[in-house]
Amino acid sequence: MGMRIGRVSGLAIALGLSACAASDAKPQTTASAAPAKQPGKTYNHDPYPSTYKPYPGVPTLVTNVTIFDGEGGKIDRGQILFADGKIVAIGESVQAPAGATVIDGTGKVLTPGIIDIHSHLGDYPSPGVQANSDGNEATGPVTADVWAEHSVWPQDPGFSRALANGGVTTLQILPGSANLFGGRSVVLKNVYARTVQGMKFPGAPYGLKMACGENPKRVYGSKGRQPSTRMGNIAVDRATWARAAEYKRRWDKYEKDGGDPPSRDIAMDTLRGVLAGEILVQNHCYRADEMGIVLDMAKEFGYHVSTFHHAVEAYKIADLLKANGTCAAVWADWWGFKMESYDAISENLAILHNSGACAMIHSDDANGIQRLNQEVAKALAAGRRAGFQISDATAWTWLTYNPAKALGIADKTGSLKPGKMADVVLWNNDPFSVYTRPEKVWIDGALLYDANNPKLRPVSDFELGQPGSGDVK
Amino acid sequence: MIRWLIGTAALALAAPCAAQSVAITNARLVVGDGSAPIDGATVVVRDGKIVAAGKGVAAPAGVEVIDAGGRYVTPGIVAGFTRMGIVEVDGVDETNDAAAGNSPFHASIDIAPAINPKTSAIALNRAEGITRAVVAPATRGSIFAGQGAIIDLGADENSVTKPRAFQFLEYGESGAQAAGGSRPAAMVALRDALKAARAYAKAPGAYLDQGRDVLVNRADAAALLPVVEGRVPLLVHVERASDMRALIALKADYPALKLVFVGASEGWMIARDLAAAKIPVLASALNDLPESFETLAATQSNVGRMKAAGVQVALGIINDNDARQARYEKQYAGNLVALHHVPGATGLSWDAAFASITGDAAEAIGLGGEFGTLKPGRRGDVVIWSGDPLELSSAAETVFIDGVKQPLGTRQAELLKRYRQPQEGTLPKAYER
Repeated sequence: MGMRIGRVSGLAIALGLSACAASDAKPQTTASAAPAKQPGKTYNHDPYPSTYKPYPGVPTLVTNVTIFDGEGGKIDRGQILFADGKIVAIGESVQAPAGATVIDGTGKVLTPGIIDIHSHLGDYPSPGVQANSDGNEATGPVTADVWAEHSVWPQDPGFSRALANGGVTTLQILPGSANLFGGRSVVLKNVYARTVQGMKFPGAPYGLKMACGENPKRVYGSKGRQPSTRMGNIAVDRATWARAAEYKRRWDKYEKDGGDPPSRDIAMDTLRGVLAGEILVQNHCYRADEMGIVLDMAKEFGYHVSTFHHAVEAYKIADLLKANGTCAAVWADWWGFKMESYDAISENLAILHNSGACAMIHSDDANGIQRLNQEVAKALAAGRRAGFQISDATAWTWLTYNPAKALGIADKTGSLKPGKMADVVLWNNDPFSVYTRPEKVWIDGALLYDANNPKLRPVSDFELGQPGSGDVK
Repeated sequence: MIRWLIGTAALALAAPCAAQSVAITNARLVVGDGSAPIDGATVVVRDGKIVAAGKGVAAPAGVEVIDAGGRYVTPGIVAGFTRMGIVEVDGVDETNDAAAGNSPFHASIDIAPAINPKTSAIALNRAEGITRAVVAPATRGSIFAGQGAIIDLGADENSVTKPRAFQFLEYGESGAQAAGGSRPAAMVALRDALKAARAYAKAPGAYLDQGRDVLVNRADAAALLPVVEGRVPLLVHVERASDMRALIALKADYPALKLVFVGASEGWMIARDLAAAKIPVLASALNDLPESFETLAATQSNVGRMKAAGVQVALGIINDNDARQARYEKQYAGNLVALHHVPGATGLSWDAAFASITGDAAEAIGLGGEFGTLKPGRRGDVVIWSGDPLELSSAAETVFIDGVKQPLGTRQAELLKRYRQPQEGTLPKAYER
């Protein structure tokens, strides 16, 4: 039972399961003074590598179509050609090779595939039974050692809904927000596979999920342990970053000078990756004042916050976010489900944008991910009513290019530039209208959803043979 | 306790606000009964009620005239199932009166005195064109949640349109859990309670209220009496097709029971049975995931398929931001229209979709004669919209409830005003208001 908050307190239930494992075990380093003759051998930074391979497509030309290029550009009655999985050309008129499939896009709109930077598909899948509840390792506030990809169930029926109803082609799966350091995220192509490695976005950097505010202090405070307050949250954060800095120093030295290798600590590997700029911090944080604290903490320890997630009060500090080069990933109008969401306003995105900050939509929800275009439409309408002038094409950056930047994959997807992945949605009308749905979705140039072809409607193993299997959803 | 007393006093003392007389001309009129919009129409409201609405209706002399300029003029949105007015912040227990797990009372819980017209969600949804809502308590510790109310969202102290308007029950997975762990346990609890209500009716004075063997206390039995007698509808949250069948079967023993199903994600699978049993449905519009094993067959085509089979279906919001986001019903209805353009899917026409959040919602709870449409005699709940009310870019511009023009301010609007430019000025933000 229960409302959105049910989801949030659902994690509290999971907590009763086990006592706290020592997630903060100190790395047992052996101080070594061995003379360094040659560099030390580093550990594998990619031990579960992507095995994703694009599916075959055909050279495709879409004509007479309105195009939002994802970077703020719009072409009326434009054309786009993609082949071999990549965007080849885009413009008012493009040359297509003989034999290319030509699709008349009259009355339709073509956009880059939507990128959801905040999803729990696979780690909180449907059906949401306890046996499948794998999103929060809520046995200690610092679990930087866990990796979301080790929880993702690639048979979650939610992936198919996000594709067919939502036009989502890329998504970041995050651990939950029970913990201050929730673990590593994983970026996926929204293409079903037998293993999670088969979905992993090739070359996408990892993220580290962190969380501010109510959830960590409630979850651990209720167990009578630190943190039980917001100051406790930051105290544990700082102690952890201090250890991470030391770990990094030892490993950097070893990799440079050799000698006895320091002990491995899987959690610290991730934090070292953050301090080295290889892993991007994805920080759940609602309140403006807390985001302000986190930005200083990042400076204190020398890391960068890629994006604040949820960030319902980001509008209050839009200038500060801009100055720090930190993005905000927000909902359109979620509000009031918990205390720290009380000041949410629908103009959040518009104010962020108007202040020059990097802003984007996100879902955090298996239903919301099916309507991110509509969420942006609501935020856009609220912004315009408040007097902000924002074009439709600019607003589309909140759905694709900005999340691509925040995930470190903007060189590969998120806009329709030649050479980029052909992750493309053809909408049957204006995607900012409530009456519009995806008609076709291509990922790396492969047609993986077509509203006119029931055979191109993915059905996960779980749904096979169940009531309603293969139905329109 | 103190809160309860104040609530009751306010209810008793509140005087209805003076309703205006107004004629809205040049309207794109939507009556709310599933009929098509009528351009160039006039709506006349007098003494808080709709007097006339249609083309060729003349504005009476001496009343205020509002030229709608061709814009949509519709009945206010009726939120078919909510927890609005009894919750301020879901996660803050002190502000959440939806459920009472430690109370010995269940069916007898009456949420009407707990309705707080100052709840932020009421102001916010009023500004979005929602004017009436079905408000249900939530279950904890029993399959019975208690007696829900119908409210208006007017900016006055008198929110309750109809107290004790229905009883709310959880069946299916939630009901099983509340009943001790299984659906059969929930069914026997339901049957036993209905039996107790009948026993109470025969001899109220003799009804045992003490002792180990009494599972349904006197207050709960008394509250269930109008349910057994069919004077008050029994709203049941149920999702799985077979669970709906089991509840329909209950009517063999309790023919007067007025069942209304809430949620009903698998309703399409037994749509003909629902239609034959004349059971209205307050459906979750867009459930399309097997979020549990009782919604395996969920599809967004559910509402359209039920409607096509003759089921009386309206939209409700259950377990989906139900305390605060009734405004989503407009978007949900719009999405059902969108299905019209998806091959193989079954949606609703625009006219039917709009009725599913106005007239049909009122009909589902037996109050179609009171509100939900702009037919003569209905309450003067009228909204003028900036555009198509189901479209994401539209906003409610003018809202009347019981003929009273409503203020549309919200906390959110105040925050926007303060932070439109986030930087501090000559004084701290705390001085900007």
